[in-house]
Amino acid sequence: MDKTVVSTGTEGKTWGGGNQPIKASYGKMMMWFFIVSDALTFSGFLAAYGFSRFKFIDAWPIADEVFTHIPFYHEPAPMIYVAFMTFVLIMSSVTMVLAVDAGHELKKNKVIGYMFLTIIGGLIFVGSQAWEWGTFIKGDYGAIQTKGGNILQFGEYVEKDGEQVFKRVALRDFAIIADHTDRSQHESKNGIWFMSEGSLPSYTVEEVIYGLEANSDILVRTQLINEEGEKTILSRSESVKQIKDNGKAVIEGANLHVNEYGTPLFADFFFFITGFHGFHVFSGIVINIIIFFNVIIGTYERRKNYEMVEKVGLYWHFVDLVWVFVFTVFYLV
Amino acid sequence: MSHEHVSNTKRIWTVFGILSLITIVEVFFGILKPEFLHLNSFLSLNLLNWLFIILTGVKAYYIVYAFMHMEGEKTSLRYSVILPLIFLVIYLLFILLTEADYIFEVFNNATIKWNF
Repeated sequence: MDKTVVSTGTEGKTWGGGNQPIKASYGKMMMWFFIVSDALTFSGFLAAYGFSRFKFIDAWPIADEVFTHIPFYHEPAPMIYVAFMTFVLIMSSVTMVLAVDAGHELKKNKVIGYMFLTIIGGLIFVGSQAWEWGTFIKGDYGAIQTKGGNILQFGEYVEKDGEQVFKRVALRDFAIIADHTDRSQHESKNGIWFMSEGSLPSYTVEEVIYGLEANSDILVRTQLINEEGEKTILSRSESVKQIKDNGKAVIEGANLHVNEYGTPLFADFFFFITGFHGFHVFSGIVINIIIFFNVIIGTYERRKNYEMVEKVGLYWHFVDLVWVFVFTVFYLV
Repeated sequence: MSHEHVSNTKRIWTVFGILSLITIVEVFFGILKPEFLHLNSFLSLNLLNWLFIILTGVKAYYIVYAFMHMEGEKTSLRYSVILPLIFLVIYLLFILLTEADYIFEVFNNATIKWNF
């Protein structure tokens, strides 16, 4: 490698740093400063989330009630799946740092093995993220949105271990379908060609009201959080009254406009921040794959220097670092 | 690499153990939500959330210092990365959260409520 000026004639004087004043190569130092700017971007997003949450502090969805799904298991189990995802990402960080470590010792085959495991870990994480999005978008209980944009959910008291606990009830378990009110979805082939609409919810508000009147145990739960840190549950008469007077639309699942879990902002931030993080993981995987093949064809072996692995390693650990914060902000706090 | 390198495998696995342990503790508290933590608050944030935030900070420290090998870098690099981040993030959070709390109070005390 060509180096232009090696001796500056200032060794031991004020500057004296030579080509690497802070003992990090240009590439590595710039990776660090890229990480600083990217970290600030994520901080901005997470702080914006915090802003909205504090603004609606008494009506924000409770994460434990939103993310309760595990594949192939149908009882609500908060935290477990996302803990698994966190573990996968930490594990892939460990294999990455082991690859960097093997690179320092110029052990090519160990680097290849550890980088392969890192890529697999990243793919498992992105896959899990996709599944999590899928269940979030699909929803499970359904809810009624009021004229003011609030979400009313349904449930009933059941006996569990000698205690009365409130258990959510899905719309499909109590709504009574009245076929004469059915409206079919408008498709562009049936009318004005440039107009179409998204899929209609499975039930109309009237059908939910019939169902509510027929099942005297079902109560409405509002968005407001009470002093025990739980959502407020209305009395039976108040429940029926609220749905009849204010019920406007049936909401199933979540998108950028509405979501059945509570304020739409919650879903917006969830999609935006986890999506942006997922995109970072995806690009991390792509960069890892490129470096992985470079290692295989021996590029760094010939250079006698595996610093490139170290640089992608920095990026990969940064992605893990961001996830640690996303995990706390969305699922724990 | 100009400097001599010693293998860090043992340190890596120790840090992995610490990170896993912290995550397990977080999940444990997240599911149980003990009442004495959940219902007491300090600076308008309940103690459980404070616990989570502190544990997250500890995890972040280990990822940056051990996995990203910040502990092996020169002091000047270390602080030119870490100090601006810590300062700006705390500053931003302070401003935004204070403002959000104010807006909440305005809505909460106004004649027009968030209603049905």
